[in-house]
Amino acid sequence: MARIGVFICHCGENISATVDCGRVAETIGKLKHVAYSTEYKYMCSDPGQTLIKDAIKEYKLTGIVVSACSPRMHEPTFRKAAAEAGLNPYLCEMANLREHCSWVHEKNDMTTEKAIDIVRILVEKVKINNALLPIKVPVTKTALVIGGGIAGIQSALDIANTGHKVILVERSPSIGGHMSQLSETFPTLDCSQCILTPRMVEVAQHPNITLYTYSEVESLDGFIGNFTVKIRKKARSIDEKDCTGCGLCTTKCPQKKIPNEFEEGMGFRPAIYTPFPQAVPNKPVIDREHCTYYIKGKCKVCEIVCPTKAIRFDQPDQILEIQIGAIVIATGFDIKRTDFFPEYGFGKYKDVIDGLQFERLASASGPTGGAILRPSDGVVPKNIVFVACAGSRDPAKGIAYCSKICCMYTAKHAMLYKHKVHEGKAHVFYMDIRSAGKNYDEFVRRAIEEDYVNYIRGRVSTIYECDGKLIVKGVDTLLGAQPLEIVADMVVLATAGVANSGAEELAQKLHVSYDSHKFFAEAHPKLKPVETNTAGIFLAGACQNPKDIPDSVSQASGAAVKVAALFSQNELTREPLVAFVNRCSPPLYSTCVGCFLCQSVCPYQAIEREEFKNRDGKTIKTVAKINEGLCQGCGTCVALCRSKSIDLHGYTNNQMYTEVMALLNVY
Amino acid sequence: MSEFEPKVVAFVCNWCTYAGADLTGTSRIKYASNVKIIRFPCTGRIDFMLLLKSFANGADGIIVSGCHPNDCHYTSGNFHAKRRWIMFKELMDFMGIDMNRITFSWVSAAEGARWAEVVNSTVTRVRELGPYVSYKQMVNTSIEEEVTHA
Repeated sequence: MARIGVFICHCGENISATVDCGRVAETIGKLKHVAYSTEYKYMCSDPGQTLIKDAIKEYKLTGIVVSACSPRMHEPTFRKAAAEAGLNPYLCEMANLREHCSWVHEKNDMTTEKAIDIVRILVEKVKINNALLPIKVPVTKTALVIGGGIAGIQSALDIANTGHKVILVERSPSIGGHMSQLSETFPTLDCSQCILTPRMVEVAQHPNITLYTYSEVESLDGFIGNFTVKIRKKARSIDEKDCTGCGLCTTKCPQKKIPNEFEEGMGFRPAIYTPFPQAVPNKPVIDREHCTYYIKGKCKVCEIVCPTKAIRFDQPDQILEIQIGAIVIATGFDIKRTDFFPEYGFGKYKDVIDGLQFERLASASGPTGGAILRPSDGVVPKNIVFVACAGSRDPAKGIAYCSKICCMYTAKHAMLYKHKVHEGKAHVFYMDIRSAGKNYDEFVRRAIEEDYVNYIRGRVSTIYECDGKLIVKGVDTLLGAQPLEIVADMVVLATAGVANSGAEELAQKLHVSYDSHKFFAEAHPKLKPVETNTAGIFLAGACQNPKDIPDSVSQASGAAVKVAALFSQNELTREPLVAFVNRCSPPLYSTCVGCFLCQSVCPYQAIEREEFKNRDGKTIKTVAKINEGLCQGCGTCVALCRSKSIDLHGYTNNQMYTEVMALLNVY
Repeated sequence: MSEFEPKVVAFVCNWCTYAGADLTGTSRIKYASNVKIIRFPCTGRIDFMLLLKSFANGADGIIVSGCHPNDCHYTSGNFHAKRRWIMFKELMDFMGIDMNRITFSWVSAAEGARWAEVVNSTVTRVRELGPYVSYKQMVNTSIEEEVTHA
């Protein structure tokens, strides 16, 4: 005989403000098999949990329903409490009275009625819940880090330093990411490459790190602790073992007019190239799209000049299959380019550039050797305008969020300009200055007070060209919304940070969620900012939302600790909410007829064939069998099974049917 | 209560629509309280017989909702649900079940406002259609017919 306990939470006033909790508790208390029903202000608090534990023992409860917030929030909390009181955790269910009732309905009788219904559905369900035992699975102690920017580098190094193996995958020919493109970093103005490149070398030399550059994740199977990843190692067209990185091929390549991605299109590179001088690995790659040999079928200059004969024109892409236990996604971000802005000329004015292009101009290793020269004619700009919030915080452009880094790097750009062009004038149009961070606001003040950067609070409506000058039309809102025109030689747009290209595709390959801006979604905005909703996959850096370097590095280390914690266990316990095939005794009478339709729909290849043999060793029946380690509990096979022989723990046919009947007041 | 209040059952997946409905709550967007949610791990788990059982036992409307295509937590469960839905819809339509009473939609974990919209539009539509008494009549008639033919 079932003895169910029901615990109604007020959640402070979050539930009790619209739902009459007293009436819910009273009505539910009168239901058949409900042995105990009570209400309390905060069920998740320590006294609340104690109340539940005491009631389980005192009333010898065989199942409990905690009616509070979403089970996605507190189901683990209450299942743990139940387990501590000696009740199997899977005999605890949560009724969602907050998100699905009190927060979305007005205070009236119907809302309380609905609350009663919601609780009743779960009471009926929990009566037929089964006690389940957790499943134990082994852990493969190798991590995969996707993305070789500063976040990926930091994560890979931190994990590797705990003694575990790391596979680092980067899709471009070198690790380094956006940080390698930067000239100086705020708020210290130390050279970006000087602090980054030693880290890159450390990655390359670390005995625990295997680096795959020019490679992409092809597919992912498995689950926490037991993933199988397929990595496509794109053909570099050189043999990395034979290549010494002398660079002779890159200097002799006749095709030299390809826009350089690393220089943000402001310089050129040959068809065989290393992205930048400090690239790791310092081995070139042939860009097959632009290489004369691949287009016209002849050239091979690189092959002729290569002293070690390392060029391999017929090298195919390689697919590597690797077993891993955890994943850190660190694929970074991108920025909107100037062609996104019709009001600023759709990118057709050469002297309207974006932030990353300015970084390259200011960089000592950049196309101008660090001199600030405008791209159109190579003249030093005497008047320069920086536009902050270009695209960011602009719902009309579909980007309502703040890109976070632009205020700081705009201040940095203005300072770098003033340090290099002393007589020049720098103007910054801003909406608000958001400089929260250690020594950040002081940095912005320095730009204003010591470097005399002219900060104008207001937005720029349009930029157009007139007599070789750029006319920037804006407004100064601190002077009573006065229209303003600045005749500039160059304009730098602090364009919005956006999700990296391919982020959506990668999210789908890895089965992790992403938000409407295609940034990867964290499991909880405050308490699980590093985890994703998929167990064993973690986030680091700007792939989650635009972040500066210190934030990216902190999160990367956080993700590394999560991975290390996972790898500290030899075995993982998994939720036993998996499918099972009804077994009869003797198995010959199993209702499974062995049609194996289930096998064809299972996304995890978790369904195996089980054969029953007679004494002579002859197979007399073949039935389906679920591999508990692989099954993730989606239940597609359950709904499909024609003989209803497969069922899903936690969501059995009987339970789902009972829930529907309870909802419709049949019970 | 003078006006007819329809009973609407919502079959939703745990990862997208259930979380989306949680977001509706967190964003305090109000919607009709006629809808009660039943949580499934995935839309692929939803046995469409349950929809018939619901109608047979007094439901006036039904919502089936899960992850958008390609967003399924289990890779392909929502595709199986979609295929099943296409077959089921044809068959049910042929049998004379009012398909206006069923809403099949995708609501992601980020679409709290969309969930409220789906619920409200379904409730309004079903309220106009009135109580689904014809389902029971239809079922009873067919049984009677069978009896007389026999």
